[in-house]
Amino acid sequence: MNETPSKPAMSPVKVEAIDPLDSAVLDMPRQAPRFNVLSAIQNDQPHAPAIHPSVAHGKGIVEIKDFSLYYGPKKTVHSVSLSIPVGHVTALIGPSGCGKSTLLRSVNRLNDLVDGVRTTGDILVGGESVYAPGTDVIDLRRRVGMVFQKSNPFPMSIFDNVVYGLRIHGERRRSVLEEVCERSLRGAALWDEVKDRLQSSAMGLSGGQQQRLCIARAIAVEPQVLLMDEPCSALDPIATLKIEELILEISQKYTVLIVTHNMGQASRVSDYTAFMYLGRLVEYGPTSHIFQTPTLPETEQYITGKFG
Amino acid sequence: MRRTAYDLYRRSLSALIFAGCVGCAVLIVGVLGWVIGYLSSIGASSLSIGFFTELPSGDVANPGGMKHAILGTLALVAMAGVIGVPLGVATGIYLAEFKQDRYILAPVRFTADVLAGVPSIVIGILGYELVVVPMGSYNGWAGAFALAFIMVPIVARTSEEMLRLVPDSYRAASLALGATKAQTITRVVLPAATGSLITGIMLALARICGETAPLLFTALGSRLLTLDPNKPFPSLTVQIYTYATGPYPEQKRLAWAGILVLVALLLALNALIRYVASRSITRSIA
Repeated sequence: MNETPSKPAMSPVKVEAIDPLDSAVLDMPRQAPRFNVLSAIQNDQPHAPAIHPSVAHGKGIVEIKDFSLYYGPKKTVHSVSLSIPVGHVTALIGPSGCGKSTLLRSVNRLNDLVDGVRTTGDILVGGESVYAPGTDVIDLRRRVGMVFQKSNPFPMSIFDNVVYGLRIHGERRRSVLEEVCERSLRGAALWDEVKDRLQSSAMGLSGGQQQRLCIARAIAVEPQVLLMDEPCSALDPIATLKIEELILEISQKYTVLIVTHNMGQASRVSDYTAFMYLGRLVEYGPTSHIFQTPTLPETEQYITGKFG
Repeated sequence: MRRTAYDLYRRSLSALIFAGCVGCAVLIVGVLGWVIGYLSSIGASSLSIGFFTELPSGDVANPGGMKHAILGTLALVAMAGVIGVPLGVATGIYLAEFKQDRYILAPVRFTADVLAGVPSIVIGILGYELVVVPMGSYNGWAGAFALAFIMVPIVARTSEEMLRLVPDSYRAASLALGATKAQTITRVVLPAATGSLITGIMLALARICGETAPLLFTALGSRLLTLDPNKPFPSLTVQIYTYATGPYPEQKRLAWAGILVLVALLLALNALIRYVASRSITRSIA
């Protein structure tokens, strides 16, 4: 079969994603006593985020435009602009309280459930405004799936969990539901483990299985974008590995925006990475660039564990 | 370790408090046992098949049974449940699920708490004024209305508490899939809380089973098996009251039997509540 000598297996880090523009960035001179972005942010001074040219096109499936969010008087997201490329995995990283989860929940307006939330700026999903007054939030949430930090299957059967999204949108045909159920469970790498007990309660599954079930439930309605809020933080390393493999698999079909605390995870699963600090975007670019040759020394410090 | 006087003191105090708690528990259970034992000893001798199958005979020496009253109580409780359960559960859903209406919620909750504490005789008079007077006679509807009125605040507040036990992560998951609020409530929240909701409903039903005062002014009671809610309506409690306060010893004996049946009914209902509660999903997820 192999006519040429086989190459060694590709490592999960997507080295091939390095942009030719990287060299230009690398050659940028770094002045010795320089403006420190993080202290500027701490002192509430303006700063310019380092946006890699490859993601500065403004043509993403999700376009976050000068978006700010307030919990009552407290501003937790400060004028963030981000362009999430279609068909890729984008990771949001940053220390606790940097607003990455809040930003994620702003994309499907789940923050609406919280009292006293106010926003400025806008987010576009597939070109449609999320915060315009006439937005159909129900339809938006159908187009933007979400997987939560802690797996949250409904206390019903595995089958009913997976097809919940279809049912609430009016699908009743048994054949369609069964087909989607199988396709989604296969898509979430769970089919083989549960195919003989689709009618038993989802609460009996292990933590990792429950999280994969939640992923199956989210992809059953074929969203344009899948949001993941630290999907592995409650899982053991083996279950985490499975979810990470699954994210890589899913990214063939879906755009994924994932919040993670785990640097290794961000480097393994994502194509692009955005580093946030205290509600501001600090640096955004291809993951290989952020992890190997970040533009800002602050980003490098965070990634190598010097703070945060 | 050396035992100081203080050490001895605190250990003795602990033992004393524990003994006090056990004593109180034994006292409560003992009183209940005494009541049931006393009831059984008097009531059981008057209890016969005829008590359940016969109607009042009109003969004071041989007064017949309480079939009409047992059926009447069951019918009244059922009617009250049909009126009170949907209202109560709906109020509970409102209190638990519409948190953004906080300026309306507080007064509604306060009203429910006050209503739950209103003496039942007051609710009887309310039923008299609102139903009996306009309809021109004592009747079963008025009795059911009064009982439902007692149920609503109890069901509303217990439902609210039970729905609060359903984790918010379920609501978030449902909404994130594009479900409406109504779909989230009917398809996820209510099913998750069904067992505990039923517990609350049954507690309220148990409470109204034993109510007498609100029925005196509304359903009035009847010695006939007329299960027509437009007419005075029989009930176990009012029949017991009538016989117990009357002058005839045979009727008094029948009243004792009635009390025994009522207490047995309540005990059975409470046992059922415990069983349902132990199996409810909310309990296992909370």
